[in-house]
Amino acid sequence: MKFSEKWLREWVNPSVDTDELAEQLTLLGLEVDGIEYPADLGDKVVVARIVSAEKHPDADKLRVCQVDTGSEQVQIVCGAPNAAAGLVAPLALPGARLPGGIKIRKSKLRGVESAGMLCSAVELSMGEDSDGLLALPTDAPIGTPVAQYLQLDDCTIEIDLTPNRGDCLSIRGVAYDVAATNSMQVTEPETPAIAAASEDTFAVSIKDGAGCVRFAGRVLRDVNCAAATPLWMVEKLRRSGIRSISPVVDVTAYVMLELGQPTHAYDLDKLQGAIEVRNATQDEKVVLLDGREIDLHDDTLCITDSSGVIGIAGVMGGDSTGVLSDSKNVFLEAALFDRITIAGKSRRYNAFTDAAARFERGVDPELQERAIERMTALIIEICGATPGPVVLIEQPAIAETVDPVPLRRHRIKELLGCSFEDAQVEQVLGSLGIELSANAEGWSAVAPSRRYDIRIEEDLIEELARVYGFHNIPRTSPTTQLKMVPVSETTLSVQRVRSVLVERGYLEAISYSFVDPAVQSQINPGVAALNLANPIASDLSEMRTNLWSGLLQAVQRNHNRQQPRVRLFEIGLQYHPTDEGIDERKQLAGAVSGEIQPESWQAAENTDFFSVKGDLEAVLALSGAGWRFEAAEHAALHPGRTARIFRDGKAVGWIGELHPKLKEVFDLSTNTVLFEVEMSALATRPLARSEPLARFPSLRRDLAVLVPSATPAQAIVDTVRGAQVDNLLDVMVFDTYAGQGVPEGHKSVAFCLILQDFSRTLVDADVSQAVAIVLEQLGKQLGASLRES
Amino acid sequence: MIDTEEQLARALEAVAGAADLKALDDVRVGWMGKKGHITDLMKSMGSLTAEERPVMGQKVNDLKRAVAASIEDRKTALADDALREKLLAETVDVTLAGTGQQSGGLHPVTQTIERITSLFGQLGFTVAEGPEIENDFYNFEALNIPAHHPARAMHDTFYFGDGKLLRTHTSSVQIRHMQNNGAPCRVLSPGRVYRCDSDQTHTPMFHQVEGLYIDKHVSFSDLMGHLEQFLKLFFDQGDMEVRFRPSYFPFTEPSTEVDVRAPGGKWVEVLGSGLVHPNVLRAVGVDPNEFQGYAFGLGVERLAMMRYGADDLRVFFENDVRFLSQFR
Repeated sequence: MKFSEKWLREWVNPSVDTDELAEQLTLLGLEVDGIEYPADLGDKVVVARIVSAEKHPDADKLRVCQVDTGSEQVQIVCGAPNAAAGLVAPLALPGARLPGGIKIRKSKLRGVESAGMLCSAVELSMGEDSDGLLALPTDAPIGTPVAQYLQLDDCTIEIDLTPNRGDCLSIRGVAYDVAATNSMQVTEPETPAIAAASEDTFAVSIKDGAGCVRFAGRVLRDVNCAAATPLWMVEKLRRSGIRSISPVVDVTAYVMLELGQPTHAYDLDKLQGAIEVRNATQDEKVVLLDGREIDLHDDTLCITDSSGVIGIAGVMGGDSTGVLSDSKNVFLEAALFDRITIAGKSRRYNAFTDAAARFERGVDPELQERAIERMTALIIEICGATPGPVVLIEQPAIAETVDPVPLRRHRIKELLGCSFEDAQVEQVLGSLGIELSANAEGWSAVAPSRRYDIRIEEDLIEELARVYGFHNIPRTSPTTQLKMVPVSETTLSVQRVRSVLVERGYLEAISYSFVDPAVQSQINPGVAALNLANPIASDLSEMRTNLWSGLLQAVQRNHNRQQPRVRLFEIGLQYHPTDEGIDERKQLAGAVSGEIQPESWQAAENTDFFSVKGDLEAVLALSGAGWRFEAAEHAALHPGRTARIFRDGKAVGWIGELHPKLKEVFDLSTNTVLFEVEMSALATRPLARSEPLARFPSLRRDLAVLVPSATPAQAIVDTVRGAQVDNLLDVMVFDTYAGQGVPEGHKSVAFCLILQDFSRTLVDADVSQAVAIVLEQLGKQLGASLRES
Repeated sequence: MIDTEEQLARALEAVAGAADLKALDDVRVGWMGKKGHITDLMKSMGSLTAEERPVMGQKVNDLKRAVAASIEDRKTALADDALREKLLAETVDVTLAGTGQQSGGLHPVTQTIERITSLFGQLGFTVAEGPEIENDFYNFEALNIPAHHPARAMHDTFYFGDGKLLRTHTSSVQIRHMQNNGAPCRVLSPGRVYRCDSDQTHTPMFHQVEGLYIDKHVSFSDLMGHLEQFLKLFFDQGDMEVRFRPSYFPFTEPSTEVDVRAPGGKWVEVLGSGLVHPNVLRAVGVDPNEFQGYAFGLGVERLAMMRYGADDLRVFFENDVRFLSQFR
């Protein structure tokens, strides 16, 4: 909300400057978002009167004016269409500096001398109207500096209000907070009731149960709607961010800004029958003031007459009944609509109006008649009018009831951590208009009707702290009982997983949880995904079902930015809709491309399946044994270079080279290896257990066997381990070979057996026996034969 | 009698003049060999008197030991020179870079979360996680934000068709934690949160750490004390100015936004906080007459940007390796 500082100071005028006032507002929770300082016009721009205006001898559009500056008469050449004898307007004298930086000096225009410049509103930074000179009231004192006359030493203060402070969407609400913090009283302007000059009324009814609590109305006849809004009001509105439209509309805006009560003025002669406040019927239509035709929902409270809907209650009036310059008779409305009824309607109908903002947050239920009286007085002053009586219709049954709130001394101390004197509590809360009556435990409090945010004891304590000042409350540490908590040693921390990858040269990535469905359908086709109902963009509309979409896009982005070496991992959720609900699965995933090691003066090796598998195995090993890799196929991966990862028989991940087709889709020049593992498979680690070290030497025997080409190395290792060899400590494949010397369709696999006995030194016979058993089992199970070298 | 001193001087001169092992061996043979000078001297002793013989014998022995020692020393020196020459032939350019893997790095968001959790960890806060796809109850209702509450406009929420939503804050985790564990509690919930908003200072996904401290006597003063300590330690700036400004959140009362004075004098908002609203405690079955405490929520990227000097939020999620490599 924007408001004029001077306007606020009419209500409460603390002796602090603008910056201090802004600081006070911010520290009251009414955060100042900006201050617009006025244009500095100096004293060389004065109120002047055009005495005569003649056509310029050499220019059709220019006029030569004799102008009274108060002290002398000067000649000014001027191009404004409204420059005419009698007009009172601002005159910039030589030496003046205008807001745009223009310096005024004596000059000649088309050969005619001009001793200054008559100014429009734009040139003085006072509005958008550049069509003509700014017309000042004819009684403005000639010769007075304009800045002084228009009180331009005013600022526009914009505050960013929290949703609980609807009361501060008005000068009145802000004034009470400022008064409280300065221990002052608010001067509310008098709004005496204006006696009816006729019996004229207009019938209004509220349909039973509709969300209208109060509706005050008044008929004004013989209103000169073509009158001009006085400059003081135009200026106050302008400095509060509102453009003057016409006097009656300006008065409604003025009263809303001043008191916080949104109001509406109808052209009485356009109203048909009587007003009924009721909900719309489904799809009932209305044309709003902004010209849009809207289909209404039946939960929408409306103002209607016999022609149908003439406005959405509390949100926006209709087009058909608005006051125009030729309107003669006016019907004023100041109503109180139920907050919940109005809530959400401006969003739904895309009509974010000042009225809706106030009604959603709550309007003071005691303001309606006062707003009518205030409007009446102003309209009579500006346009003249014959007022009828104020008619009030009420539905007290749906009014919000407010019970007194207890405020206990000990709760103040408990919540805030510091104590207050009773007198201090009473002074602070009293200055906000909160009525306190003392009792044994403290007080019983009744908040002013404009404060919808004070309903429980904590609210009162907050008010106390807020006005007292958070900065005046000590900053402490609580005392507590110290207690140790268990620390599990068999939990594998995510930090440890991350650090292994970081030590191996990986950078941690974080990518969006929502991805492009077109990308995801290529990477993880046929997997059901969740779709956002209101995505921010179509390429961020589907929840990811694996982490590779984001990582591959990152690889691509890096390649496009001349960064071909990419080693990324990410730990995050993927999302799967299931019959039982949504399965949020935490994954570790990686994408690696380019050279394995940073470029150097030594020969480089490119990332391949095994270099990444080594990194991944280092991570998996943190969690102990039980991991297996089996050849498998995945839509995103190279069919011959892909493994499914199993932990204790359960499939928990994938590793493989990006499918060449996708490599093309992503326009990547180097191979990329991808992996993913469920973090739940990496949740634990075995407790370390120290075994005695062997005192006798171990024996190693290297063997090479011929097996059919398709036999995985894992099968050889499994067979050897399963062969019941005594003293087998380890078996490891150290070479595979196919080609010359190996029969077609076969490969040679070289492996070593390591044998160890903990009670004696092994002899050749032990080894021979082990080799014989191993070869027998390999032959039987895999068709392997010893390769004679 | 023969002058052994003069002999020794000649021998040492010959040893020193041997340029390599071959020449040195020639010197050795010339002096110590079967036909060498010293052997000759031994032989010539027969012509001496009985008084002279032991004196001369002693002198010749001394000469022999001294020559042998000098040959040995010279041999060692020549061997060292030869080795050195061989090694110098193996010289490498030590200014070339080392080879092998370099360490990668953790994302600045992770580093910031770890810094926050380690600071609050000292006060006994533990970390809790929860679902990112939430329902209305955990994200709004239980946090005292009923339907139609104007505060909902502060959260531009992503919805799924069935009424489920992406959490707009990690306060939902605190609700689940209190439901399951009750009070007292000290818990932090870091994680991803979502708002449908995107520009230079907003991304549709970002990270929060929310903290919750519920016990019998945790007051607003304690809230201010802890958060001030935290901010000074986080930014490693003991004289940092910290300002508490009244604000409004439906789930806290009183509520405060916390600003720090940035270099240059501007106040910068860094977190929101307050005493947990009694309605929130009631919603999770904790008696507000027995327990009270504070909650706070801070934006991880905002703190990371201030701490590390990043000025564009979007770069946090582009995963450009040049950006990520800055956080090793």
